[in-house]
Amino acid sequence: MIGDLLLQGVQMALVLLLAPLLTGFVRKVKAHMLRRRGPPLLQPYRDIRRLLAKEAIVADSASWVFRAAPYVVFAATWVAAALVPSYATGLVFSWSGDLIAITALLGLARFAQTLAGLDVGTSFGGIGTSRELLFAALAEPAMIMITFTVALVAGSTQLSAIAATMLTYTVGLRVSLALALIALIIVALAENARIPVDNPATHLELTMVHEAMVLEYSGRHLAMVDLAASVKLLLYASLLACLFTPLGLAPADSGIAAYGLGIGTYVVKLAGAGAMLGVFEISIAKMRVFRVPNFLGIALMLGFLGALLLFVSRSL
Amino acid sequence: MHSLTFDIAHMLSGGLVLASFLMLYQDRLPSLINMLALQAAVLGLSVGWQAIAQDAPHLWITAALAIGFKAIAIPMALRRIIVKLDIHREIETVGGIGRTMLAGIALVALALQVVLPVTSASDALAREDIALALSVVLLGMLMMVTRRNAVSQIIGFMSLENGIILAATGARGMPLVVEISVAFSVLIAFIVVGIFLFRIRERFDTVDVTALDRLRGDGT
Amino acid sequence: MSALVFIAWSIAALTGIALLAAVAGRDIRASAPVYGACLAVSAAACIAALAALPAGPVALHLPLGLPGIGTDLRLDALSAAFLVIVDLGAAAASLYAIGYGAHEPAPGRVLPFYPAFLAAMNLVVIAGDAYSFLFGWEAMSLASWALVMAHHREEANARAGYIYLVMASFGTLALLLGFGLLAQGAGGFDFAAIAAAHPTAGTASVVLLLVLIGAGSKAGLAPLHVWLPLAHPAAPSHVSALMSGVMTKVAIYGFIRIAFDLLGPALWWWSMPVLVAGALTAALGVLHALMERDLKRLLAYSTIENIGIIFLALGLALAFRANAMPAAAALALTAALFHAFNHMLFKSVLFFGAGAVLGATGERDIERLGGLIHRMPVSSACFLLASVAIAALPPLNGFASEWLAFQAIFVSPALPQWGLKLLVPAAGTLLALAAALVAACFVRAFGILYLGRPRTAAAEGAHETDRFSLAAMIILSALCVAAGLFPGVVIDALAPAVRLLTGGAMPVQGRSAWHTITPMAGASGSYNGLMIGLFVALVTFGSAALIHALAGRRTRRSRPWDCGYPNPAATAQYTAASLSQPIRRVFAAIVLRSREVVDMPAPGTLRAASVTKTIHDPAWDAIFAPLTAAVGRVAGRLNQFQFLTIGQYLGLIFALLVLLLIVVGVMP
Repeated sequence: MIGDLLLQGVQMALVLLLAPLLTGFVRKVKAHMLRRRGPPLLQPYRDIRRLLAKEAIVADSASWVFRAAPYVVFAATWVAAALVPSYATGLVFSWSGDLIAITALLGLARFAQTLAGLDVGTSFGGIGTSRELLFAALAEPAMIMITFTVALVAGSTQLSAIAATMLTYTVGLRVSLALALIALIIVALAENARIPVDNPATHLELTMVHEAMVLEYSGRHLAMVDLAASVKLLLYASLLACLFTPLGLAPADSGIAAYGLGIGTYVVKLAGAGAMLGVFEISIAKMRVFRVPNFLGIALMLGFLGALLLFVSRSL
Repeated sequence: MHSLTFDIAHMLSGGLVLASFLMLYQDRLPSLINMLALQAAVLGLSVGWQAIAQDAPHLWITAALAIGFKAIAIPMALRRIIVKLDIHREIETVGGIGRTMLAGIALVALALQVVLPVTSASDALAREDIALALSVVLLGMLMMVTRRNAVSQIIGFMSLENGIILAATGARGMPLVVEISVAFSVLIAFIVVGIFLFRIRERFDTVDVTALDRLRGDGT
Repeated sequence: MSALVFIAWSIAALTGIALLAAVAGRDIRASAPVYGACLAVSAAACIAALAALPAGPVALHLPLGLPGIGTDLRLDALSAAFLVIVDLGAAAASLYAIGYGAHEPAPGRVLPFYPAFLAAMNLVVIAGDAYSFLFGWEAMSLASWALVMAHHREEANARAGYIYLVMASFGTLALLLGFGLLAQGAGGFDFAAIAAAHPTAGTASVVLLLVLIGAGSKAGLAPLHVWLPLAHPAAPSHVSALMSGVMTKVAIYGFIRIAFDLLGPALWWWSMPVLVAGALTAALGVLHALMERDLKRLLAYSTIENIGIIFLALGLALAFRANAMPAAAALALTAALFHAFNHMLFKSVLFFGAGAVLGATGERDIERLGGLIHRMPVSSACFLLASVAIAALPPLNGFASEWLAFQAIFVSPALPQWGLKLLVPAAGTLLALAAALVAACFVRAFGILYLGRPRTAAAEGAHETDRFSLAAMIILSALCVAAGLFPGVVIDALAPAVRLLTGGAMPVQGRSAWHTITPMAGASGSYNGLMIGLFVALVTFGSAALIHALAGRRTRRSRPWDCGYPNPAATAQYTAASLSQPIRRVFAAIVLRSREVVDMPAPGTLRAASVTKTIHDPAWDAIFAPLTAAVGRVAGRLNQFQFLTIGQYLGLIFALLVLLLIVVGVMP
């Protein structure tokens, strides 16, 4: 029992500690591709420490929702990330939430974040919230359809079980899974406010979505929001890794060597995902806001198509 | 049942449907042509894989035709034409991508509904391929009826024809397939040239500023 | 005394209260005693119903009503489950009304009808024959119509009342025809006889469609929903809560009772109209809610959305039952019943909150409110909690029931029919879309209403509502949390009703460790509300405490930053309309034909610029407008009969008599 809890603890610590590193790594890759040196890999950690040390400035009109939201956003995102198998399957708390619950936890984080965007009563908070709600209205159902697809292939909505099924090689190549993969990548880009949907580095009012929502935050509140954003990026990277490249995941009750190997391959997979994201981001331009619904609509449609094909091929 | 042969063939057919949807999504002609080339390339791969899987060497010819002719030659020609016509920067105002996509999904569902129950006697391998091929055909038709630009209509027709070839190669033992596909390809080349003549004439007739005014404001 | 006798007595008691209130109701001082008595009776009935849940069916014959037929009452697990919903909602609304009703301008128009409304709803649920069912149904409609017309001097309310009356009569007519067909085959009107006689497939199908129309129109199923967003908000807020939270559930009870119990074995295609109507209702309702700026109408539209979800789950249950998959049918039916219970909880809280805002500011238009969280801290917290619950977010109860619905969809590829194979994933997509849009809708509602800065003086001068109202909101909110953290308890409690109708049941959840819920044996997934809730709460408070301890909690209040250009005017904030503009543009442009006309004067002219936006409900144009026009024409014709001479009247009566005699003579 103690050992089980320890493994779960390792998972939770791993996702929390690696998250800022992944963010820093993506920035570094992008800088390299642009022939810049870029900030050091550990800069996100330093940013968080620096922000924590500062005093927090809260607008006069803000209520308790504004001050509580960063912690709720962080908590919901972290718990969701801890439910995605990173280095091992069958962890002790992995049964307490499936892929639907993970999606809904991210929805909870978004709910808190968007409310905080409206709390101060500024125009930027409103515009960010408004756009975020639009994107979520398409990304969330797309995510549910992706869940349908992978769950129908694996016979379970539980991520541990899905990853274990994917590991057995009986799944083979499936059109539906390919569709789900593309859809998941689109959703991941949108949910993490990456190019082409949003630009995480921008402070130009006409283009920003996520940054506009958190514009009023400072100090420790901003640190929590930034950390939550990093954890979310890591979550989607782990999700892609665990669903589509489950290689190296340690099965339940394996030895210490398997777990070590699992952590090693996990870090490699994250680095791969981060590098791909960096390359993708510098090679594409940001879309107009009203182009994004079409982009996300593709994800929804692919997810639906994948599920539809599985529904009909079930009887074959 | 799910052997690797089947999986790869299935993936490629699925890729063809996916390319059809990508074409529906594009509203700029150059990207549309790229998507057509992509679809033709996937078709070439699919036919090539069928040549291996069915051990039917004549399918190699079809595959080579698909890649050489439709993935390389026609797209290049089309690109030159749109540059000449000076419409390569034009954004075609599609009547709501969302609506077209929904219609597309409905058509795929229709294709599955029509094909799968009636072919329950044949093997699973062919069944889904035929359903997907019918989807490609229907999506191509959808493309033709929803676009106003003659170039996009031609592209829709070519994609429709890709679906027909997919259906023909998916079913085993169809010796005429080479001839059919060649005939179709020639036909298409003919139509391409023919409609473009009309198109050019039409453009000379209607060089008109009110038509440009109508486009303004629709861009968002 | 059995539970059924107790419920019958409580109906009698409520009727008595109604009669007393009719005598003394014009005095506002009668308000608190009337609502207090209703609270006592409803709470007792709720406890009795809870006790009756696991018990077997009991029946009671009363020599009341039509001579020779009497009244049959029956209490089985399904009735008991819905009695809990009805009486819990009624008790909460009565508690709320002790405070809220004290400001009622016309108590004489509310107090007599309120207990009658409660009595009628109770009667529908325990009715054991078609007569008493329809009598209760019609009494429920008329009592609620009277309550809708309580403030009839407002033009909109009078119109709402008229449309409601038309639709309610239409629905009752459909039910009447349905029962007529059933009784013809059974040779009697009591439910036991009807259930014993299996109607032919053709008759049963016609009855199913009639019931879908009759009960669906009462519940607000698209396309028969148009009356609901007009009528529900027109009533006083506690009655709105009852109509939205409870009366729609009674309508669902009617559908379940007939479609699952009385009709016998199901045909597979019955599920298709139910699924289609449910999925479309869910999507249409939430889109409307997103466009709405009247708070109570917004909540009414959201009710339509939830009814859609429930009917979607019922459709799945019908499909599974027809294909002899009892475990899956039990899962889908549990999802529907659980969601019905949840919706009663959170929708009541939301309407109570709307009533509190209405009482404090006199405003229902969210564009004229804002910043109320500072002035109404407790009711805003309850509203927030209910918003999270209705948005189906963990760890609250709304998520638990939607999770079950999604799990039911995962099982559905096993259905053999092609139509269902294609339809179910489409319905699932619409369900997922609706779930995401609901979250957006309630971010918008809560954010504009309670957050930000007050937009008008009315909002500025708001105050917290009274203690009774707060108590009602807090109790229901606490139940939302409890049902979210321990969904297994609710699922187990519903198991007898589910077993009664599907022959299967979900796995017993009470035995699982840590209250994890699993949808079926050989589980395809699991969810643990308690664990998720504990973790999120622990991390939230833990991280806050840790940061405050290690990094300090220095906070400075200042003007907003807003990229350096804060505008102090409250009107510079985002409005509800601008917040939902992107969604309106992407979704509603197609579905609701929303259009925006911008009138921008040329530079130099002094005319004000204006934006006009219009939305059309497709159901209104296609079905309702022609229907009301037809009713109007018929009424116009019949109007002539008011101005005849006595001789003509006598002639008419004579002609009718002869006609009836001919009918009797010709009929064998």
